[in-house]
This record gives sequence, C-alpha cells and structure tokens, in this order.
Amino acid sequence: MNEALRFRSIMISPAQAEGARVMGICNSCRYCEGFCAVFPAMERRLDFKATDMDYLANLCHNCGACYHACQYAPPHEFALNVPQAMAKIRKESYARYAWPSSLGQLYQRQGFALSIALVFAFAVVMFVANALIGSTAVQGQQSFYAVMPHETMVVLFGSSFFFAVLAMSVAAIRFWREQAVPNQPGASQESVSAIARLRYLDGGGDGCVEQNDAPSLARRHLHHASFYGFLLCFASTSVATVYHYGFGWKAPYDVLSLPVILGTLGGILMCLGTAGLLVLRIRRDPRLGDPEQFPMDVGFVSLLFLVAFTGLVLLILRDSEAMRASLIVHLATVMAFFLLMPYSKFVHGLFRGLAILKHHREQKTPNPLGLAEG
Amino acid sequence: MMLDVLVIGGGNAALCAALVAAEAGAKVMLLEASGREERGGNSIHTRNIRCMHNEPQDVLTEAYPEDEYFEDLLRVTKGITDEALARAVIRQSSSCRSWMRHHGVRFQPSLGGTLHLSRTNAFFLGGGKALVNAYYRSAGSLGIQIRYQSPVVALECKGQRIVAALIGEPSAADRDDVTADWPVRERIEAKSIVIASGGFESNIPWLTEAWGEAATNFRIRGCRFNRGRVLRQLIDAGAQAIGDPTQCHAVAIDARAPLYDGGIVTRVDCVSLGIVVNTAGERFYDEGEDFWPKRYAIWGRLVAKQPGQLAWSVIDSQAHGRFMPPVFPGEEAQSLPKLAQKMKVPVESFMKTVESYNASVVPGHFDHAVLDNCHTQGISPAKTHWALRLEKPPYRAYPLRPGITFTYLGVKVDDHAQVLGFDNVYAAGEIMAGNVLGQGYVAGIGMTIGTIFGRIAGEKAAAQALAKRAPS
Repeated sequence: MNEALRFRSIMISPAQAEGARVMGICNSCRYCEGFCAVFPAMERRLDFKATDMDYLANLCHNCGACYHACQYAPPHEFALNVPQAMAKIRKESYARYAWPSSLGQLYQRQGFALSIALVFAFAVVMFVANALIGSTAVQGQQSFYAVMPHETMVVLFGSSFFFAVLAMSVAAIRFWREQAVPNQPGASQESVSAIARLRYLDGGGDGCVEQNDAPSLARRHLHHASFYGFLLCFASTSVATVYHYGFGWKAPYDVLSLPVILGTLGGILMCLGTAGLLVLRIRRDPRLGDPEQFPMDVGFVSLLFLVAFTGLVLLILRDSEAMRASLIVHLATVMAFFLLMPYSKFVHGLFRGLAILKHHREQKTPNPLGLAEG
Repeated sequence: MMLDVLVIGGGNAALCAALVAAEAGAKVMLLEASGREERGGNSIHTRNIRCMHNEPQDVLTEAYPEDEYFEDLLRVTKGITDEALARAVIRQSSSCRSWMRHHGVRFQPSLGGTLHLSRTNAFFLGGGKALVNAYYRSAGSLGIQIRYQSPVVALECKGQRIVAALIGEPSAADRDDVTADWPVRERIEAKSIVIASGGFESNIPWLTEAWGEAATNFRIRGCRFNRGRVLRQLIDAGAQAIGDPTQCHAVAIDARAPLYDGGIVTRVDCVSLGIVVNTAGERFYDEGEDFWPKRYAIWGRLVAKQPGQLAWSVIDSQAHGRFMPPVFPGEEAQSLPKLAQKMKVPVESFMKTVESYNASVVPGHFDHAVLDNCHTQGISPAKTHWALRLEKPPYRAYPLRPGITFTYLGVKVDDHAQVLGFDNVYAAGEIMAGNVLGQGYVAGIGMTIGTIFGRIAGEKAAAQALAKRAPS
C-alpha cells in the first residue's frame, strides 16, 4: 500500500503540454470566465504544470460552451480547443492514477476491457450457478437464491465491489496527494452541492452544446436521471441487505416493497438517462471531445444501461420460466460493472468531485496574483 | 418574391439590423463575406457593450447617466461627434440589453482584471463570438436567409437608389484591390439595403496611403475581411464621407501576433511597469503618464513612429505577475546586456538608457493602483509614475508593434441610419461609427454604436420596404 501511494508524475505529457499552451492563451483572454469553474481556477495561475493540468482537466465538465465562443478556435492559427485538450488530459489522468498501475492501460483498450469483463463475469456467474444446481438450490421455486445462494452472491459481489472501492480509493489518494490542496474548511458543503446539482455542467446558464452551438440542458437532465437512478438502485440494494440480515426477510420482495420500488424507479431513471446520454454522445460534435475516447464513453454508458435494463427485465420475468436466464444476465452485467468500475469512465465522478472540492477550497483563499487592471 | 431588406455584412451591427427587420415582418437576407467558421467580423473579438444606466442593473454597478457617458465621449473624441446621434445612441443603450437577451445574448459581471469597467460596461458571457453565435441562431429561427462566402464586389445604383448587390467569388473576400472589377457570381435585388460591412483596416495597401511603408509592419487585431470594398464603392457612388481617412485606432501589441485576428490576447500590459525602448535601445515616451487602460491606445501610434515600427517593453522581476499574462513569453535574461543581445538592440546604447533611467529614479512608494510618487528626475522623456529601477533579474522584454483595431473613415448618416444622398440605403456599425466617434475610443462603444444603429437601420429599412409592399 505504501508503495502504491508513493506515486509521482514525473514529466509533463504531450497532452498536458497542449493543455498548458491552451490555458496560457485563455489566461490572456478570459472571455469564458463565466462558463464554469475551470477559468476562474486558471486565473489563479500564471504557468501550468502537469498537476495543474490534471486538476483543471478534471474540473472541466466538457460542456463545450467555450469551444464555440472561442475567437481562437480553428481555423485560427492558435487552434484552441479547450474541451478536447481537457478530455485528452482527463483520460491520461484516469490511467496514471489507476491502481494497480498496470491496469491503468485498460483505458487505452476500453472495448477490449469491456468485452473481457463481460465474458469473465458471465463465465463466473454461469459456472457458479451451474455448479450449484441440485445442491443447495431448491427446485421449482421462483427464488433468486435457487439460482445462486445468498452467501455465494455476497462473496462474489461483495469481493468485487470491495476491490473496486479499494482501487478507486487508492487512485483518489494518489490524485489528492499530487494536488497541493489548501487546507481550507467550509468548502465541503458547496462542493457537494455543486456536484449534486451539476452546477458546472450548464455552460454558464443555458446548458451544454451538443451537435452545434445551440445550448441545451438535456445532458444535465439526463445525467441527473442516470446519477440519481444509480443512487436509488444503490439504496434499493442497501435496504434489501438490511431486510435480509436485519429482519431475515428473503428476496424476491413484493412489488410494493421498498427495495422493489426504489430499484424500479432507479432502474427506469437509469435506463432513460443512459439511453439519452448515449444518443447525445453519438450525435455530439466530435470536435468537442477526444475521438479516441468514444469507446470509453459509449462502453461505460452502455454498460450502465445494460445493468439497469436487465434489472428491470428481471423484475418483469421473475415469476416466469425465464427468471433463471434473466437473473444470470443481470448478475453478469452487474459483476462486469463492478469489475470495470475503477478502470472505466466511472472514475470521472471521483476525480471531478475531488477537483471541485479543491476548487471551492481555493476560491476561499485570496488570489495569490495581484494583476494590474488591463 | 423580391427581398425587402438586404443586409451586407455579418457582424454585430449587420445581425442586429437583420433581426429587427425580420421581427418587423420583412423578408431579409444577410450576406457574410467569410465562411461559416469565421463569421462575425470584428465582433467576435469584442467582449462588452458600454451602457447608460441610472441605477444598478444586473451586471452593471452603480449608475452611468447620459451626461457622464456623453462627457466621456466628448473627452475621447475631442468634440468630433454629432451630439444628436451620440445622445440617441447613449439613451438607447440603456434599454437594448433586454432585446439582446431575447435573442440569446447572455451577460456576466466584468472579467478578472477589468474591475474598472464594472460600472460602465456589460460583458458578454463567452465574449463577442458567443453573442454572434446567438444572433445567428436567432436569425435562423426567424427565417433570415444567411449566405456565407458571399463578398459583395459591387453595388448597382439607379439614381439615388441601390437596387442590387453583386456577389463575387468567395476568394474576393480578402482582396485588397477595392476598385478592380471582380467576377460576379450572383446579383441580388432588394427594396432596402443595410450596409454594415466594417471599415478598411484589413487592407494594408490602403493603410499605406496614409502611413506609408510603415503600414506593412502593422498587425491587424481583427478579421482579414474588412478590405473596405463596399465602403469605397459607397463613397464613389456619392455617399458623403465622414471621419479622417488617414486615422485608425492603434494599440501596441506583441510583435509576434498573427497578421490578422490576434484579438485581445496579443496586448502587452506591462508598459507602465517598466521602460520601453526602440530598436536603437532608446526610450521615446513617458511609460507612466497615466493608468494603462487610459494610455494603451496611444502606444500604437508611438510605436508606429519608431524605426521599423518595433519597440520593446522591458521589465524586471518586480513586475512579474503584476499584469495580465501575455500570450507570448518574453525574452528573458539574467543580465541586462544579455537581454539586449536577445532583443538585438545595441547593447551599449541600451545599457546607457537603462543606467541613466535607473540613476534618475526618485525613490517613492510604489502602488500600481494609484498615480503613485515613483518618478524620474532629470531625464527626458521622464517616467512620471511607477518608476522603479530595473535591477532585479530575471529581466524580460516583450516586442511591440502597432496593432490596428479599426479605421475612422465612414459614411454620413442621419438619425434614421440613412446614408445621406441615397433613398433606400442604411448604414450601421463601423462603416458609420465615425458619425459618433470621430476619433479616440472608449471601451465598449463600438458595440453600442453597432447595436443601436444596427437596430435603427433594420427598423427603418424594413418600414420603408414594407410600405412599398403594402399597396400591391
């Protein structure tokens, strides 16, 4: 662990160097100051080191507003593209801070990673389910635990979830240690609020840009649906765990029970949100991001959609013959999701949250620069 | 059906005219010389609009009453303004922003480093290009026909009317020879014409008519499309010229700026913190005469008069981080002679200049926020404020060249934005700004004139065209 935490980025990467070049020009202009947190954070600096770029890149929500507003965007010879420069640095930072470091390279091959995780998860779930047929399984009953006993599920999913949390915690600590964050109390509440409301995903008020320069709040709303849907599903699982261990009530639960209501609502929100985000992502002007990250973005959102969708299918089919098959599919997608969590787009929330916390702490300290009026 | 209003130009004034005309029910077409990606003319480099207000208004603090606004205008123009037109612009600037918002323009408090403008100027969220984008979106939804890559190469006159505009090939958009006949691709008729095609600052051969060969060393802060072709055609067709044809607004910008479209970032804001020398290594003007925002516009002219139109702003480490970060890094050295070598100015002469400057500095209390008491004694030119010895390495030097913002030559209009001498021709923006701003400049007034006269021109042009449509 100590070895893992002793982590330093040594050199500035080409992507970070391009980001520093872009920020150097932006810092002389500042017209985009009102769009988001990146520009006010930039204005507290005169030069941009590798760690500064990791910070600013993760603070960027990729709303795209600054690209269309930029007087120096291509075909101008300065060729500024802040959203794209930041996207490239973000991906590098996900890989660089990943733990174990060797798995960071999965970011380069997200399609491959996604396929492997799915195949592996299917294999494990089906093997376990098959191995248990006829042993502890109670034949003929429509019980999830007839397919896989609860204890087995807890071991399988608990361990993969625990590993994901551990890996992401190490990544978060690595990132945080690189950043010289002011020890400034009182910013946590603002930061949580900025994250919960996606305050910086609004292009300064009217929203993100997608296919053209027209702002829209669609992405923000769809992200809210996905995020809060995800939280509701998480709450559903947590309540079910309390039911199981606290009260000895075994799944499947009644349609009007709390876990099913939370899970259904969450699943529907996640399906709508992720499907919408997927459509927006596919239609989005490719200049606003890093074209190489298309598999990462689409793979992650698709997997989230699959998790939610197979969950809803399971709910519908749980009293039918198809319950067994649909449970296996759902469990496998959930496991693939857990396995991929630390090595997928999922971590964007982690680093962005930390960057937002740093930004709000910084904003509470006086600007170190005393620039003349210009 | 024949067009009611044809708008020539694609920047702020042109868009305001087109939007207002379309709102009035006119059938409108807008001709932009550039392609889609470079649309908007010099407006994309702007950042705010100067607005009158009698009490705090959203992003504007305190009050900026009509008389104070007019006084500011009188001061910078030294009286070269048409008071009636100027006051009309000022009054309407107090109410134009709700219309701008309606068309998608968003405002923000004054930007970092521009607090001195928080009372008088409303900043556009995202700057002028965001404003231009919003107007084009609104124009699209109002059914205005927008033609990109459509430079007007000639105006077809019949008596006191302009009956059609002739569009050339896209490549004609940045040609300097404004009197030559360029091939015509299309002829577009309209009942009324609004001309908002800017000045001639991008036309360097034209600039040399007033400045001589020096103009070949100028940089143009705005777009490359303002060659002045329509302006010249209009004047040749009998429009009354206004504004000194030899004058332009020039600031000192970084010599490494691109020839066109350097915009805001190429400014160098450390002049008042150090000294400025020419290529002979000699100082030539009081760098600390007044606050930089009040003086930056004289330095273009000062540098233009130096040999090779090149000068260097030299600072030491006491100035680092005290001014808006420049876009290009300065030449840097640990000693002044080494810096002079990097600047390629004669070392001996440069050292003599710095030594006599350093020896003349009277110790005082340095404060860049006020006209402080740090000044020189016994040298010419003096540095009257913020004079500190250049003695703390590393030293930095930024090369300066004149950067041209706009030209003053335009056509005379009346309070209906109608071009004098024509029945159906209206003008807005830089091409008529000289009616209000005969010389000098005050931040944000270009956008005020463009917005207000753009709206007037659109309204009157539409009314005239629709009145003709009514009987049929």
